[in-house]
Amino acid sequence: MTMRMTRRALVQRGAAGVTVLSLPGILAACGGGGGGGGGGGEVKDVLNFSNWELYIDIPSTRKAAGLTGPTTLQQFTQKTGIKVNYYEDINGNPEFFAKVQGRLRQGQGIDRDIIVVTDNDRFLSDYIENGWAEKLDKSLIPNIDNLIATQASPPFDPKREYTLPWFSGMDGIAWNSDVTGPVTTVTQLLEDPSLKGRVGVWNQMGDTIGLVMLENGDDPAKVTDASFDRAIARIEKAVKAGQIRRFYGNDYAQPLQRGDLAASMAWSGDILNLGDPKLKWVIAKAGGIIWTDNMLIPTGGSVPTASTYMNFVYDPNIAAQLALGANYISSVKGVPQEAAKLDPKAADNTLVFPTDDMLAQMHQNDPTMFTNPDYNKRWLAVQGK
Amino acid sequence: MGSFFHRHKGTTPYLLLAPGVLWLAVFFLIPLVFLGYESLQSGLFPDFRFTWEFSNFSNGISDYHEQFVRSFVYAGIATVACLLLAYPLVYWIAFRAGPWRNLFLLFIVAPFFVTYLVRTLAWLNILADQGPVVGILRDLHILGPDGRLLATTFAVVSGITYNFFPFMALPVYVSLEQIDPRLLEAAKDLYASPGQAFLRVTLPLSAPGIVAGTLLTFIPAAGDFINAALLGTPNQAMIGNVIQAKFLESLDYPSAAALSFILMGLILVALLVYAKIVGSERLTG
Repeated sequence: MTMRMTRRALVQRGAAGVTVLSLPGILAACGGGGGGGGGGGEVKDVLNFSNWELYIDIPSTRKAAGLTGPTTLQQFTQKTGIKVNYYEDINGNPEFFAKVQGRLRQGQGIDRDIIVVTDNDRFLSDYIENGWAEKLDKSLIPNIDNLIATQASPPFDPKREYTLPWFSGMDGIAWNSDVTGPVTTVTQLLEDPSLKGRVGVWNQMGDTIGLVMLENGDDPAKVTDASFDRAIARIEKAVKAGQIRRFYGNDYAQPLQRGDLAASMAWSGDILNLGDPKLKWVIAKAGGIIWTDNMLIPTGGSVPTASTYMNFVYDPNIAAQLALGANYISSVKGVPQEAAKLDPKAADNTLVFPTDDMLAQMHQNDPTMFTNPDYNKRWLAVQGK
Repeated sequence: MGSFFHRHKGTTPYLLLAPGVLWLAVFFLIPLVFLGYESLQSGLFPDFRFTWEFSNFSNGISDYHEQFVRSFVYAGIATVACLLLAYPLVYWIAFRAGPWRNLFLLFIVAPFFVTYLVRTLAWLNILADQGPVVGILRDLHILGPDGRLLATTFAVVSGITYNFFPFMALPVYVSLEQIDPRLLEAAKDLYASPGQAFLRVTLPLSAPGIVAGTLLTFIPAAGDFINAALLGTPNQAMIGNVIQAKFLESLDYPSAAALSFILMGLILVALLVYAKIVGSERLTG
């Protein structure tokens, strides 16, 4: 298919969706709104979108980033006539998966057209391998050409048939400079006696094991039993010694700010979003892990509607607004340039626009690690569970 | 309606019983059967197969006996602490607070107007390492300069005690409040000292409340996971944390179901032992 044909197909389908569905749309609104219907079909007038908290541009973050005008969600509705029900109901990959897997397992929809799932966990593969994700309609996503090359072929979805990146972030180390001096290595986190009992690590296997493997000189992208053993042994020793206070989810930032934690493994955007000058964040000396949250259409979601939205956010200008409003890394080509047009200072922010040098220090997880039952069991055991 | 009950006199008790039985069947028995079925499955998510996999039970005990023991120890200490704290308080409310009784009872129940999770999260702020409580304790040399309250066994047990306190206080209050004051006057008339009167009249009469309070505190406390998750470290993990992680993180439903059954079994055994000690008639009021 040529580019022109796909664009025309998009316009036709989009127009048909708006005109044909305007009357049924009113009826549907009276009847309680559109739920997640069957896959395929026409573009609907409502998009049900589940995402993580503070992960999109909102009026206050747009203002802080120097952006004017309506939010990207409002712009989407203005442009396409599709109303977005935006739910911030994902707080963790395991919890969300546990909540929806029962209905997906029985082939039922979950009333969502897009959900956002992280790649450094087993669950993204679980959705795809169990057949609980709908294929994207790429004829409706001509902007997919703007996907950066490094994201074109991830191991969980080599042809990007099911997923597109929402944002990426980097795993690093943060410390509270009121309580401790710089903490820049994982060895310091796990062994420095002055930090005893005041160290946080993540309860997500990919992030924590990944950083420890890098420190051990092992490759987190190619996990072996021996490298896994080494990583677990180091963490176990630190737990037994009382060095590690807890295994945190999204909730390490407040204790770090309060000083209960002197230092912790931390995600790039979180620390930036707190805007607290006493909190410092670095990429660990041995390197970091880069992860990506991916948009995915769960079984029963409306493929044309979701694809239309994905195409919209892969426009470099929209993607730039999103990145500046959410403070995370975009996978859309041309975003740094567009962002510079929107806010000349923005491009200096290396957490949102990491330098090539920073990206060179980033590694990816080995997806086979997440689905290994023995590793999963031992990862829980080291947390006392 | 009246004539209906009149004609079916024999069936009335069963009709009255029906909603409760139905409730138990739908929300307790059926899930329990499913859980039992799940606990004997094997395989990996989502392809579990029923194979009479009894090793889920034996592995559950051998892998997690530490967390089981810890849960029962923590729940036991918290239950005793609740009793020791609640009894004098509700005694005072029942016998000395006079017209202020209801107000003080409201104070006991008031924290329950806030959700469990938020109440526990509040302790993270109150007991923070850099917070006022720890600061004062350090100044008084009760805690060392690097000492802390959070992320300790003390914090977890205190959290459980705090969260289940009303379950102990209210039943004990009810049993104390029902004591006829003339019985205490009679004891006094018969030359009992205040201590003797308490030991031989008040305490035995309040025993049903103590037993009820103990059960209402101990049983949920043994399966609790919020307090250990938020106030403890991996070294304080309780069996509830293990079950939660097996269900939600590793998707190992059979093991999680087996562990739930083992926990139920152990609580039941503890209950029977307790009933034997205090006498079963007190257990049922």
